[in-house]
Amino acid sequence: MADLIAKTPCAGLLPFENGVATLWEPAPVPMTAIAPYRGRAEALSEALRAAHGLDWPGPGETSGEGAARLIWFDRAHGLLMGVAPAPALAEHAALTDQSDAWALVRLEGEGAAEVLARLTPLDLRESEFPVGRTARSLLGHMQGSITRLEPRVYQLMVFRSMAGTLVHELTTAMEQVAARG
Amino acid sequence: MRIDGKGLIDRGTRLGFTFDGHRYEGHPGDTLASALLANDVRLVGRSFKYHRPRGILTAGSEEPNALVTLHDGAHREPNARATVTELFDGLAARSQNRFPSLDWDLLAVNDLLSPFLGAGFYYKTFMWPRAFWEKLYEPAIRRAAGLGALSGQPDPDRHETAFAHCDLLVIGAGPAGLMAALTAGRAGADVILADEDLRPGGRLLSETLEIDGGPGVDWADTAVEELEALPNVRFMPRTAVTGAYDHGTYGALERLPRGPKRPVDCFWRIHARAAVLAAGALERPVGFADNDRPGVMMAGAVRGYLNRYGAAAGKAFVVFGNNDDAHRTALDLADAGLHVAAVIDSRHEARLSGPFDVHAGAQVIGTRGGRALEAVVIRHPNGRVESIAADCLAMSGGWNPSVHLTCHMGARPVWQEDIAAFVPPPGAVPGLIPAGAAAGVFSTHGCLASGAKAAREALEVLGITAAHAPLPEAEDAPYAIRPLWLVEGKGRAWLDFQNDVTAKDVKQAAQENFRSVEHMKRYTTQGMATDQGKNSNVAALAILADATGRTIPETGTTTFRPPYVPVPIAAMGAGGRGRGFAPERLTTSHAASLERGAPMIEAGLWFRPSWFPRGGETHWRQSCDREVRHVREAVGVTDVSTLGKIDIQGPDAATLLDFVYTNTFSTLKPGRVRYGLMLREDGFVMDDGTTARLGEQHYVMTTTTAAAGQVMRHLDFVTQVLKPGLDVSFTSVTEHWAQFAVAGPKARELLSGLLDTDLSDEAWPFMSCGEVRLSGIAARLFRISFSGETGFEIAVPARYGDSLFRLLVARAESLGGGAYGMEALNVLRIEKGFLTHAELHGRTTAFDLGMEGLMSRKKDFVGRTMAARPGLVDPERERLVGLKPIGPVKSLTSGAFLFEPEAEATRENAEGYTTSVAFSPTLGHFLALGFLKNGPERLGEKVRLVDHLRGYETLCEVIHPVAFDRDGGRARG
Amino acid sequence: MGDAVLLDRPDPEAGEAAWDGYLHLRDNPAGVTRDLWHHEAGCGAWLVVTRNTVTHAVEGAELAEAAAREGQA
Repeated sequence: MADLIAKTPCAGLLPFENGVATLWEPAPVPMTAIAPYRGRAEALSEALRAAHGLDWPGPGETSGEGAARLIWFDRAHGLLMGVAPAPALAEHAALTDQSDAWALVRLEGEGAAEVLARLTPLDLRESEFPVGRTARSLLGHMQGSITRLEPRVYQLMVFRSMAGTLVHELTTAMEQVAARG
Repeated sequence: MRIDGKGLIDRGTRLGFTFDGHRYEGHPGDTLASALLANDVRLVGRSFKYHRPRGILTAGSEEPNALVTLHDGAHREPNARATVTELFDGLAARSQNRFPSLDWDLLAVNDLLSPFLGAGFYYKTFMWPRAFWEKLYEPAIRRAAGLGALSGQPDPDRHETAFAHCDLLVIGAGPAGLMAALTAGRAGADVILADEDLRPGGRLLSETLEIDGGPGVDWADTAVEELEALPNVRFMPRTAVTGAYDHGTYGALERLPRGPKRPVDCFWRIHARAAVLAAGALERPVGFADNDRPGVMMAGAVRGYLNRYGAAAGKAFVVFGNNDDAHRTALDLADAGLHVAAVIDSRHEARLSGPFDVHAGAQVIGTRGGRALEAVVIRHPNGRVESIAADCLAMSGGWNPSVHLTCHMGARPVWQEDIAAFVPPPGAVPGLIPAGAAAGVFSTHGCLASGAKAAREALEVLGITAAHAPLPEAEDAPYAIRPLWLVEGKGRAWLDFQNDVTAKDVKQAAQENFRSVEHMKRYTTQGMATDQGKNSNVAALAILADATGRTIPETGTTTFRPPYVPVPIAAMGAGGRGRGFAPERLTTSHAASLERGAPMIEAGLWFRPSWFPRGGETHWRQSCDREVRHVREAVGVTDVSTLGKIDIQGPDAATLLDFVYTNTFSTLKPGRVRYGLMLREDGFVMDDGTTARLGEQHYVMTTTTAAAGQVMRHLDFVTQVLKPGLDVSFTSVTEHWAQFAVAGPKARELLSGLLDTDLSDEAWPFMSCGEVRLSGIAARLFRISFSGETGFEIAVPARYGDSLFRLLVARAESLGGGAYGMEALNVLRIEKGFLTHAELHGRTTAFDLGMEGLMSRKKDFVGRTMAARPGLVDPERERLVGLKPIGPVKSLTSGAFLFEPEAEATRENAEGYTTSVAFSPTLGHFLALGFLKNGPERLGEKVRLVDHLRGYETLCEVIHPVAFDRDGGRARG
Repeated sequence: MGDAVLLDRPDPEAGEAAWDGYLHLRDNPAGVTRDLWHHEAGCGAWLVVTRNTVTHAVEGAELAEAAAREGQA
């Protein structure tokens, strides 16, 4: 028997910090895509509340502020983060493990929105994208998920295989914003 | 020369710069143009066609003459306008389009040939003899053509693109724009205020006009201070809004002063719910003989250089215009103690008093001087001709509102008779409201009022009410003008200074029946240079109108298109070079592969190893052949993570699969895998793959690497549009699982001891699947084979991918095998007649591929109806075969055509083509897959392979596509 | 109309003309058309977008799923 070693998507690439913002990779957490079966939305909502204390998010919404969060992830899916899904959920929804599918980073600091303006067409003004809002949009040329966790803290996700490109684009943007002085 | 007591420059600091190798000094706040004028440099370039001497004409981005090359080496930037180039210490600039020097330019001889080089000359010359075109005319024209030259080296600068959003975009920070921004900013709207210049004020920077009793520039600075203190307002200087696009989108180019790690520019895409166009107006020249001599300048620019930069453009001035505004130049010059020899106003009724002669009703009919102006020739109302000594002629034909952005979506501007100018058509760009001079309002008070009103109107549509604040005090002089486009007389009157187009050229175009303004433009090239006609459009069309007996509105304008100022491609494509061209998708085995020296090949966005060289191997075939032998004789390991993997769950999962695949998946038992063929609705093959049933309502579909996105899109379409009632959901898990193929006679040996399961043929028959544990980790095992050998694919969560790959390869090596790359993978599958998108190239059907047996007759599926079209099941179609070489030449190429051995290799005789080729170490000869008319009925026949592209041909034998292990027994072992 | 005709998949037995029209033939109006858009880099939804090809104004957008259900009801 051999032991396998685990690596995170951004291993060796982060953290990166300059006067404008900090970019770092949080420790990996369980992530599960949840898609309710037809006619089971209500039942799923109840099961979610009972098991995890979370509400099913509408488009662009997130639920939960602690370790466990449920974020709207696309037309058909919510993404449960931070906790493994309770078995009771499987009766009402398709559950698919996504824990290793995504490169997930946090960008925080005064200049975080200015940095993101280089990479996403998303309107990140506080009035349009307040704390708790999430969106699927472009980060550079990559499909991504962007969530505002706190006023100046963003969670950014792209496919795991593109982790290197994500770090490259973000650190370049951070350098170039800082260079404006 | 430099004038004391004037200008917004910082005289305390000196900046050194060079122009054509000569050293000069200037100050912070100077542009290259103002510094050159302050140093009495009048000659700055040579015109495009005739190489006539050219001087600085304007003080803005519309400059047609002062195009210079900046910087040296790789940073070299041609065609920079000296009038908007910020001076910095060490700036090195060179004039363009002259040989050997600006003073003595050999190609000025073109001017002598001008009778032969008029409008449309290239449609009439260089035609004969035909042979001369390629060898003589074209190379000569190429050498003479163009302005400036690129460095030819890769661009070392950084560039940027960015997005911004606001409620109101204010374009221009002159009096109108500043009032609009203040009005909207104070009302709490999110405002972006953009201006081309590095500081606010617009025209105020060039004038001695007062606002609220103080200098206009002070008011502008105070306004911006207030704006910058508002959290909802963003001031973007050095940012030219270049275009208006659909749905409130605007493009803008921001240029940045150089600094470490700083981009030199940023191309912005701004989304604004509303916008105010306060872009000002541009002064237009008057046409008269020799109006292009260095020293002839725009009147507004002459006083701008004086007021903003403290630079006098000459020592003795003549002012010539058809409007009151030009008088300001004479007054400002005289106030500064400069000598104004005369003011020539073409209007009989003109009134002006000052320490200079005023000639009302007179016209300038010519200029004298070599490479610089020395005298101005005028004609008095009574016909008397007089020559006045002067080294600077400040001319003004009136002002053109900068309507451009309002016409970027196809509208044409409207002629307003009382100001003899075009103004924006109302409502042409939804949400964009013109204000100030851009709307034809020219007094300072008028601009302030207009800006405030435009902002209020724009915000009202957004549901925001802005307060009516009292306006600052400012002059409100009426704009008095009488049109004068061309002074008739002998000599050439220049309209387009860049392309050397004269009034005579426009008249000639009309004479030759190029009467439409669009035709006149192309025939004469007027308006087609870098200033895009900003200095010549209106005069040219006025002359055309006259020549064709129409009014100006009847003649109309040409189409306005973005960008308003030149935008470097590097700015639009910022970050898109090298690694930034496309996202890189790396597998979990990438690092380990690089460590082993594997060269990488790009498959879409993915990087995959081509082969894994071992010591002593110098040619790729050595590695590839060895890897193929590893798999056939021992065991090989390769990373197959890149194939699309789609997790499908739900009561209707099987129904969905039965609809998208030609064959049936509802009959697949849990724990089994089946090959599936997917068609497009037009009956052609879209993709293939294996789909595994992991549970009653749980499948995992695979797709080819390149088609993953397309298949996802297709499944989205089917479930949302065609079958919205299905109770099924699917998610991509391509990235979650790292998946490796372990293939070869020793595959079981490699995996035993790693997995918690018995790997016998009974426990894991061919085409089975299931969940297993590997070192305690939940994994998935699939018994499938793309190599044709005993094969498994093992999938683990991607975090373990790197570790598992290293482990598997080490084990394979200990068993006499090793890692294998894409080249070997391709050889193995070609030997087995397995297909990739080389064969599934979008124009092949199931029938062509010999897979008609996979088309279920019991159900409907995507593509079923159209696949049954007679033309798609005709046996004479080109159908899948294998090929092996016979005859003297023993290798094969893909993309070659197939012919009867005796037939001529023409298009009509082509009977097929090759798609995939490999040298088979297993069989000892080349193999190909391809398509041949009625192929399956022609096994054993000879065909001739002809590769026209590579100049190559050979005889082949048509064979069954499965060249090795025909019945597939090795995979089932 | 525009690509939104793809919502109405013909019956397999509907005949050549129906399928040819479905796959290959479109009106090309200078005016209002109904497009099919896919939010590929975003939420994955297919949309029916009513758009004016002359003015570029977008007059409406709805989830293709909703439009499809309505059509199949």
